[in-house]
Amino acid sequence: MNGAPTDDARDVRTTAAALALGDDALILSHRLGEWAGHAPALEEEVALANIALDLLGQARILLSLAGDEDELAYLRDERHFRNLQLVEQPNGDFAHTIARQLYFSTYQLALYRQLVAGDSAFGALAAKAVKEVAYHQDHAEHWTLRLGDGTPESHRRMSRACETLWRFTGELFQPVEGLDIDWAALEEGWLTSVTDVLERATLGLPQGPRTGAWTAGAGRQGLHTEPFGPMIAEMQHLHRSHPGASW
Amino acid sequence: METTADGRQAAFDAAVAADERIEPRDWMPDAYRATLVRQMAQHAHSEIIGMQPEANWITRAPSLRRKAILMAKVQDEAGHGLYLYSAAETLGTGRDELLDKLHSGRQKYSSIFNYPTLTWADVGAIGWLVDGAAITNQVPLCRCSYGPYARAMVRVCKEESFHQRQGYELLLALSGGTPAQHEMAQDAVDRWWWPSLMMFGPPDDESAHSAQSMTWKIKRHSNDELRQRFVDICVPQAEVLGLTLPDPDLRWNEERGRHDFGAIDWTEFHEVLKGNGPCNEQRITQRRRAHEEGAWVREAAASYAAKHRPVPGGGPAPGESARAGTALGESTRMEATA
Repeated sequence: MNGAPTDDARDVRTTAAALALGDDALILSHRLGEWAGHAPALEEEVALANIALDLLGQARILLSLAGDEDELAYLRDERHFRNLQLVEQPNGDFAHTIARQLYFSTYQLALYRQLVAGDSAFGALAAKAVKEVAYHQDHAEHWTLRLGDGTPESHRRMSRACETLWRFTGELFQPVEGLDIDWAALEEGWLTSVTDVLERATLGLPQGPRTGAWTAGAGRQGLHTEPFGPMIAEMQHLHRSHPGASW
Repeated sequence: METTADGRQAAFDAAVAADERIEPRDWMPDAYRATLVRQMAQHAHSEIIGMQPEANWITRAPSLRRKAILMAKVQDEAGHGLYLYSAAETLGTGRDELLDKLHSGRQKYSSIFNYPTLTWADVGAIGWLVDGAAITNQVPLCRCSYGPYARAMVRVCKEESFHQRQGYELLLALSGGTPAQHEMAQDAVDRWWWPSLMMFGPPDDESAHSAQSMTWKIKRHSNDELRQRFVDICVPQAEVLGLTLPDPDLRWNEERGRHDFGAIDWTEFHEVLKGNGPCNEQRITQRRRAHEEGAWVREAAASYAAKHRPVPGGGPAPGESARAGTALGESTRMEATA
């Protein structure tokens, strides 16, 4: 009544933001989990699973802020997921996975750093997660350097991966309801960091549009790309086959 | 020369007899070295191939908690593979060479991983029975005469025991769940019980390497003894689960103070070992494909490392940080960016 948000309004905002961030972590974790047993080296089996586990841990905390973690993960349809289109993109080759990691972890790191400082329901989570995400960013950065500045073949693949995924990065800076973030500063910081890594990797910045044309912001509105449906069909199948069961 | 060699053999024999550890720089008989390389490589390969049947369920795990547990387990297995390859490398072989032998079929992995995981309950049955059998086999290896292997086993066994309890707990949840879940659990135990008993290897009178390995204290108990121990452990655990074991001849023998159990189908065992099991082809094909499709990545890393070799004393090269196992790179990175 006096202009300050009521508890209910604050809850709605918190839920919306928790879903957006939680879905990002959940879906990317799932994609990384698909690498198990297929990675290019044993050390990468360990590293990719490690990152997937960190993200799944974050997803569980975030989804629990919004409701029941399993209900939210397993019983929502495609149109109700709020993750970025970037994180649902198929793994592709190792370069695509690394480009996706570079773009996302750089974003997540900058976002969580702001959340650590800010006064929101996500401060405690961000304080814990920021350490994990700094490692994810480090891993992605070093692989971007190795692949970009490795062999002609790896350079070609890394370059193609960065360009293919570039169009999904515009959505990263679409403001999320419930997050008090300086989005312009986030975007600027992200661009500076990514540009620096790509240049050191002898890759250069992709030239295509970063907004993804009219689909900008689509993931956050529950409008996903086609590979997403089959992915969650696989993820949810067993849970949905046994309604009400506990595991 | 002759007396020196004899002296070395005598010193080796005495060290083994006194339960002392043989270390990488110690003299050892060629056959001892070869046996250890074979066994440790096979063990490492089993960890790596063993990721596949369980990873098959990561994307379908029915709750986020179970998914996290399963991912962590599969990650541990990759870690166990890494320890074991490192331990094998102390004997003068290389990981790449061992992987080549796995990919070309010249070295084996545990036959158990040639069985398919057909339902979620299989993840629990593997934890309870397969990891349980592995632990029964591996705990005595913590006292194995070769130091690096024994020390690797101490670490591996700690994590395996944890996995086994998680698998058991998974089955307990299913067994006490809905009728469909209970049925799923029983079906999985029915399919995994006999293959798990085969993990102890052929009967004592047909085991080619047993006698020598026991003399060398690589092996501490016979196959049949360990198998019996495993059966005796599992029977009461199955009762607590409320599940049956698929063996009509299984019963307590008062006189022996142990369980009698039915005959193992050794024909099946030998077929699986020969490559004719349900998943042999699939497992090795996936492993080869991961290796071949990853070649360009490994080549890129090597090429990058060669270009950016660190100046002596100038700190780590930019690409040298990885958190797997240690946190060296992470901590320097965090300080630099904090």
